[in-house]
Amino acid sequence: MLSKYIFYFLSSVAIYAALMVLISKKPIHSVLYLTLAFFAIAGHYILLNAQFLAVVHIIVYAGAIMVLFLFTVMLLNLNIEGEFPKKNIIKFAAVIVGGLILITLIGTFRTYDLEIIKNPTLNQIGLVKNLGKVLFKEYLLPFELCSILFLAAMVGAVMLGKKDIQ
Amino acid sequence: MINSGIPLQYFLVLAAIMFFVGVYGFITRKNLITILMSIELILNSVNINFVAFNKYLYPDKLQGHFFTLFVIAVAACEAAVAIAIIINIFRRFNNIDVENVDEMKY
Repeated sequence: MLSKYIFYFLSSVAIYAALMVLISKKPIHSVLYLTLAFFAIAGHYILLNAQFLAVVHIIVYAGAIMVLFLFTVMLLNLNIEGEFPKKNIIKFAAVIVGGLILITLIGTFRTYDLEIIKNPTLNQIGLVKNLGKVLFKEYLLPFELCSILFLAAMVGAVMLGKKDIQ
Repeated sequence: MINSGIPLQYFLVLAAIMFFVGVYGFITRKNLITILMSIELILNSVNINFVAFNKYLYPDKLQGHFFTLFVIAVAACEAAVAIAIIINIFRRFNNIDVENVDEMKY
């Protein structure tokens, strides 16, 4: 019963923060609300028995990506008000595009009948010990490819960020 | 951790709502940084789906966890490169509205 209340609380925080990302006018407020949304999502991961994933999510998103965003917003001095949505027709089109996806998904979930395990009790599966064993046995190649991807992204970011490449 | 009796559908509906918010922001905002943040929201809603399906359909396997892990890694790379591009655009146009960057539109 307790977990249900935690779920409702975390969900309302996540959805409120996600909405405020779009509603708030200053980019810096958007960034801070997005951090709040990420913390709520990390709480969901803990509810879903993915403890390691929750920690990684906080470290990578709230720690690394959000700092990157914050520095960019402060560095470029973007804190100007008044930047607000385009024409009404674009907003309308966005509501239709997103709303169709939303309605389709929710309609599918309501009538959806899979072989669901009602009360999964395997609680230790998301701990770092189990994840590490599988990661370095079955997922070694994707793991190494990830490091190459990071190297490429790092080189690319430095190259793009340099003042004059010519 | 907490042994939850929450139905799977609740998580899926939450993810769907966050996906909708992300798509809406992606289309309506002009600021490049906010567009990037909407992409992060979309990626996160997909991650919730992966972990929820993993727990409720195959609680003894870890595929969903690893897919989420790799999505997080790719999102970090994407944010770094995109912010480098945004800084370049700012140097050139002195603001980061998408409507200025239309050289390749025609």
